[in-house]
Amino acid sequence: MLLLAGCSGWQSALDPKGPAAGELAWLIWFFTALCTVVWLLVMAVLIVPLARRPAPVGDPLVLDAAAERSKMRIVVAALAATALILVGLTLLSYFANRTLAAIGSDAVLTIRVTGHQWWWEVRYENDQPNRILTTANEIHIPAGEPVRLVVASTDVIHSFWVPNLSGKLDLIPGHENVLDLKADKPGVYRGQCAEFCGAQHANMSTFIIAEPRPVFDAWLNDQLRPAAAPVSAEAKTGHDLFLKRPCVMCHKIGGTIAGGTVAPNLTHIASRQTLAAGTLAMSRGNLAAWIADPQGIKPGAHMPVVGLNGDELNAIVAYLEGLK
Amino acid sequence: MKRGPLLLVFAILAVAGCQREERDTRPQSALGSGDQPAAVTALEPGGQRPASSDTKAGVFEANAFHLSEGKRLFNWFNCSGCHANGGGGMGPALMDQKWLYGSSIESIHATIRDGRPNGMPSFRDKIPDDQIWELAAFVRALSGNAPKSAAPSRDDDMMPHPSENRLPDAATLGKSP
Ligand code: HEC
Ligand code: HEC
Ligand SMILES: [Cu+2]
Repeated sequence: MLLLAGCSGWQSALDPKGPAAGELAWLIWFFTALCTVVWLLVMAVLIVPLARRPAPVGDPLVLDAAAERSKMRIVVAALAATALILVGLTLLSYFANRTLAAIGSDAVLTIRVTGHQWWWEVRYENDQPNRILTTANEIHIPAGEPVRLVVASTDVIHSFWVPNLSGKLDLIPGHENVLDLKADKPGVYRGQCAEFCGAQHANMSTFIIAEPRPVFDAWLNDQLRPAAAPVSAEAKTGHDLFLKRPCVMCHKIGGTIAGGTVAPNLTHIASRQTLAAGTLAMSRGNLAAWIADPQGIKPGAHMPVVGLNGDELNAIVAYLEGLK
Repeated sequence: MKRGPLLLVFAILAVAGCQREERDTRPQSALGSGDQPAAVTALEPGGQRPASSDTKAGVFEANAFHLSEGKRLFNWFNCSGCHANGGGGMGPALMDQKWLYGSSIESIHATIRDGRPNGMPSFRDKIPDDQIWELAAFVRALSGNAPKSAAPSRDDDMMPHPSENRLPDAATLGKSP
């Protein structure tokens, strides 16, 4: 009971917040209940005869035809029940799968989620190239509307799993999988990479942020703008340092010459709630800590320690902090 | 009864198998100076650059972790754009035995950091020093100049050539020993 209590709410498959997760939660409960009943029955059939006093052993060669026939009938009935239950469960999961597949048939939005060791690249597709948005780790979606996630990977296999909204699906290098989901209500749903992918697998989480349509549209338009220009003198220095130092080799900041695509897009980094795929909360202090020593916070992560002195670090943080 | 000590010896030997190469992800101190040491000599086409006394070379050269990091960075920093996976394109091939600027890891480190006159850009300040060493170690692996036990054994995507630990040593290729 205590163990099960841990399954409610934040990141739980048993607390569905969308149709896909609802379907799966129902399946989980039904399978568990039915299997429990079957298990109890089997145990009873085993234990009851053991507990009874053994009947005196007669001549093994003398068979009671009537008793043999009734034993035979019991075995056949048990066999038929087993077959029936298994076929029934198979059909149930088949129909559940059909329901899951139908969710995205009228998807309003296609989002490409690409797994990297150890963060998520998120790209909002659009027919107009200037409305394609690339961001990282946090996936905003309109609540109450089905969205389609096209998932793949650039290095090893990862798995995308936001238990409150859907089942998990593998991200495979060179192959695209499709996951449809819908969040019934606005909210923040935590997800986690669910396929071991290396040193920092545990620190590879993601957040789906479901918002009412107008809020989502406003967010999208906001994110499509180029990065805010630095205001203070310190931020200006930080901007120049960012472009002069190794940061520019890996990261992109829209509206500047920084165009790296191998690391999270930082155009609106300060508008995110977490840093480094949910490893740290977003704050000035954590930004500085991350840039000063990513290898201390996430050992093995593919962001190297870049030698910066205190002033340089402060300047870069001041700049990034302004990228709302 | 005499099997006891024997089993113990085997158990101890088996435990030794658990030893794993250290992954030093942070070889330099967290808040070092942002500057990299200046080049020690003028460029010297064709010649061997005097080996700098940097002790890092040894740390990076035969280390599987650093070699595979170098392999990843080789694509991340688009060395492939000019050197085409080592086969050569706009820049010279890196998997042959010809070296314009010397084959030692120190020379290659200098090439990447300072650039070379005929079109090799300088990555000074654009790549942290340790990552330059990783790249230099990997460039040597491209011509078979890394221990087979340490060189990368697979590609994450297309296989343009056999993995580095199966590449022949370019220096002895086609020559009698
Ligand atoms: C070799 C490539 C590389 C360089 C150089 C680099 N980074 Fe990163 N950076 C990464 C990667 C990869 C991640 C994602 C790490 C993870 O979450 O596992 C990252 C993450 C970040 C994040 C968190 C992003 C997010 O969405 O949470 C910030 C901020 C950041 N880097 C800033 C910088 C700054 C500032 C510099 C320069 C001082 C820099 N990076 C240099 C590769 C790089
Ligand atoms: C813009 C194209 C370009 C890029 C990008 C580039 N190189 Fe080069 N590279 C060259 C050219 C051209 C030369 C030959 C220079 C000369 O002859 O003076 C060269 C030379 C070299 C050499 C010396 C080869 C020898 O025979 O001595 C090495 C090593 C090397 N590059 C490694 C790298 C690495 C590692 C990277 C990625 C960080 C890289 N290069 C990126 C164009 C490029
Ligand atoms: Cu993982």
